[in-house]
Amino acid sequence: MDQSKIRNFCIIAHIDHGKSTLADRIIEHTGLLTSREMQAQVLDNMDLERERGITIKSQAVRIIYKAKDGEEYVFNLIDTPGHVDFNYEVSRSLAACDGAILVVDAAQGVEAQTLANVYLALDHDLDVMPVINKIDLPSAQPEAVIEEIENVIGIEAEDAPRISAKTGLNIDEVLEQIVTKIPAPTGDASAPLQALIFDAVYDAYKGVIVFCRIMEGTVKVGDSICMMATGARDDVVEVGYFGAGQFIPCEELSAGMVGYIAAGIKNVGDTRVGDTVTHADKPCKEPLPGYKKVNPMVYCGMYPADSAKYPDLRDALEKLQINDASLQYEPETSLALGFGFRCGFLGLLHLEIIQERLEREFNLDLVTTAPGVIYKVHKTNGDVMDLTNPSNLPDPSEIDFMEEPMVSAEIMVTSEYVGAIMKLCQERRGIYISMEYIEETRALIKYDLPLNEIIYDFFDALKSRSRGYASFDYELKGYVRSELVKLDILINKETVDALSFIVFKDSAYDRGRKMCEKLKGEIPRHLFEIPIQAAVGGKVIARETVKAMRKDVLAKCYGGDISRKRKLLEKQKEGKKRMRQVGNVEIPQEAFMSVLKLDED
Amino acid sequence: MRELELYIHIPFCMRKCNYCDFLSAPADEKSQSAYVEALKKEIKFYGKELKAGELSTIYIGGGTPSWLQEHYMASIMETVHKFFSIKKDAEITIECNPGTLTRAKLNSYKDFGINRLSLGLQSADDEELKVLGRVHTFQQFLRNYELARECGYDNINIDLMYALPRQNTEKFYHTLTKTAGLKPEHISAYALMIEKGTPFYEKYKFDAVRQEAGFQPEVLPHEDVVYQIGKMTEDVLKEAGYERYEISNYAKKGFVCRHNIGYWQREEYLGVGLGAASLIGGNLRYNNLRDLDTYILKADNIKECLFIDEKTEKKLPAVTLHEKAEELKRNAQMEEFMFLGLRMIQGIERSRFYQSFGFTVDNIYSRVIARLEAEELLQQNPERVWLTEKGLDLSNYALAQFLLD
Repeated sequence: MDQSKIRNFCIIAHIDHGKSTLADRIIEHTGLLTSREMQAQVLDNMDLERERGITIKSQAVRIIYKAKDGEEYVFNLIDTPGHVDFNYEVSRSLAACDGAILVVDAAQGVEAQTLANVYLALDHDLDVMPVINKIDLPSAQPEAVIEEIENVIGIEAEDAPRISAKTGLNIDEVLEQIVTKIPAPTGDASAPLQALIFDAVYDAYKGVIVFCRIMEGTVKVGDSICMMATGARDDVVEVGYFGAGQFIPCEELSAGMVGYIAAGIKNVGDTRVGDTVTHADKPCKEPLPGYKKVNPMVYCGMYPADSAKYPDLRDALEKLQINDASLQYEPETSLALGFGFRCGFLGLLHLEIIQERLEREFNLDLVTTAPGVIYKVHKTNGDVMDLTNPSNLPDPSEIDFMEEPMVSAEIMVTSEYVGAIMKLCQERRGIYISMEYIEETRALIKYDLPLNEIIYDFFDALKSRSRGYASFDYELKGYVRSELVKLDILINKETVDALSFIVFKDSAYDRGRKMCEKLKGEIPRHLFEIPIQAAVGGKVIARETVKAMRKDVLAKCYGGDISRKRKLLEKQKEGKKRMRQVGNVEIPQEAFMSVLKLDED
Repeated sequence: MRELELYIHIPFCMRKCNYCDFLSAPADEKSQSAYVEALKKEIKFYGKELKAGELSTIYIGGGTPSWLQEHYMASIMETVHKFFSIKKDAEITIECNPGTLTRAKLNSYKDFGINRLSLGLQSADDEELKVLGRVHTFQQFLRNYELARECGYDNINIDLMYALPRQNTEKFYHTLTKTAGLKPEHISAYALMIEKGTPFYEKYKFDAVRQEAGFQPEVLPHEDVVYQIGKMTEDVLKEAGYERYEISNYAKKGFVCRHNIGYWQREEYLGVGLGAASLIGGNLRYNNLRDLDTYILKADNIKECLFIDEKTEKKLPAVTLHEKAEELKRNAQMEEFMFLGLRMIQGIERSRFYQSFGFTVDNIYSRVIARLEAEELLQQNPERVWLTEKGLDLSNYALAQFLLD
């Protein structure tokens, strides 16, 4: 295939600026699908993505476009995740492209993620082509936004298409500019194979299917290939490219092309996003740069609600890990919850997504414990341990000191909310770094924040205190020494290991009190009184009591219609099934998760 | 001869009370007349079908059956007499609301064999009656009660309701002593339930949740107060010579409500009228249509038909006026035996369980019984199994244990 007729690009944007809608329009306008065939947001094809309106996994689609110059071009559109949790996946997707369309909302202008994404794209030497979206909105100010792009980001935006992805206005202009402004790929089809994996899925018949961009060389069916980071080898059974929602096999993929390779790889751990595929017998000299094993930042315990489903949960996690290398898990046991896994995630959104996927796609009922970060415990004997499960905290006498992870956070907000946001950051133990006014009315505030203060509900608090105007981005900065304690929860005098968590010493009392209050509302009344206590180092710092149940009667029965009575008893019995027995107290599974939402405002 | 209980539903009332979620509403003369005609067709249909049956009790419930003009009730009862045989000592009850009774009505009921009245007093406090949305005062009730006695009714029940908004122990004590002082043969005392779809639900739903969780509600009495009212009720009525024979029912010796006991003991009963429920042959449960116009329309051409059971997809014999038919498997029958039977203070008889199912109670429930006994909710001896006072207070919890997996 003629390289000069290929355009590999992605679309980057701040959340809600219309990235997926524009992708849909491009696909629709090039005739790959008629609008009737199109479900809204073709690329976001996980149910979950469509519901939440966000992109979780990278997706790719190949489109044929007949340009005004009369030539046919092949567009490979690679959709990238839009959330800060998935920064690494974004960077791998960007590395597979030659250019990026930057979508900016004509009413909102440049936001924190707009900046973060542009810098990421420029880091990968992509040509960035701005597009002003939502010009049909009454509050649209395309000229002001163009000026902002030029001033703040420093890229030319005068002839940026002014479009409405929703109505389809000026989409033609976007397509033409893709041809003229985004460079064609380079690369030598006869060089040794060098292909970048930017995503992978598991297929029951074909095994692992890797999505890749061929940088150099050619790959075809029968070739013996090798994954450079993991060393896995196999023979290629199929190569092809991406139709809308389907795989279309072809004979070979050569430099500059985007497509998939299936090689009967069964072990999911063998293929990692960011790894380089090459020929086993004629390997390239070195792998493509940028591969790293991504490390989770947030950990929590996941347990099957029905303990007999433990093997199912293990299989499900294994399958999910195939196209989500950042998901990590290892087995653990809890006195309260039985057998389960300690799982590592990129962030809280990632955690929620995995949890929902396990529940929806694998039909599992889960109990999840409070998420925590990785603490470094420096022991008196000189050892340093990474603590992901609060229950494993050594005896205080063995601990010299502890460290917790900090992040550098950038928050962009309109000036009227600067005060409120600063207050929030102070409450979360933030350290002020700097503030600059990007424009008269908007400021970029930088704070260092402990990661464990932002994994719960920081984002929600941020949105509510800025009426939705603040945008937020962060990256891990490093570890700092901190005064941390383990907060234990005792229910009817017994410690419930799954409810323990690590907390900043001065916040312990407040958190303990809120935990007890919350649990009081979650634990149903029993035939006896149940004390709920929060304790630090064996010392009780807060207490609530669930009073004993005294009266629970359905008095009336209606003319011999007993169906309501039966329903009520069945409901009572069903409720019992969803409980976990701790000592002689039954705790609803929801209680383990609900304590996270402590309404800190 | 096969014995059967008959329930007749009258879905009309003068005005819907604020707490009521029964199938009942005010209706004009035309609907009343059309309904009575439909009801008579249904009665006639079953009378012919179940020729062999003999009625041991009849219960006319509602709604407010006494709100119907007497000629309607007369024609309903005439139809029953014409198409069913009724046992000589049958208990025949009609529910009446105070303020709707007249001497003419009471005499007419008597002519048709009605020998028991159930009067819905609910409270002896006019303020509380107003809050409930009742149409009568305590004085009006007293006049109706005396009238009934004058007409010779010697088996009267009075319905009371406690745990009302702003009620305390003392207030209900007054209602209770005023009621017991009248010496009715039977008293029912129900705790108010805040049911969905009622004005009370809209008004008190949050309060009801607080009450249920053991917190302090704003208007409804605290759970501890409700508990105390319940205990006080037992003491006061016992002192006045009433025996508690079911969770909410008290009677003078020899005056238990046989019809209701039939429900708890899973006797056969046939329900006629809108939304009425039936238990036939110990294993088939039916519910009638709940929409008035459809019921009236379909009664014109009532006939047998087959119903597909929702769970088993088995075809069940039914009638075109049914909306639901269900065949109870043996497990479900055993569950019902226990959770209905244990509502009675004397509990369930082991021998009856064995006769019905061919298993002993212990074969099926020994573990549940042992656990509940350890929790002091239940007691047993070689003849019977029954709930303790604590078990009756926590009956939902205790009875739920008898559902089988």
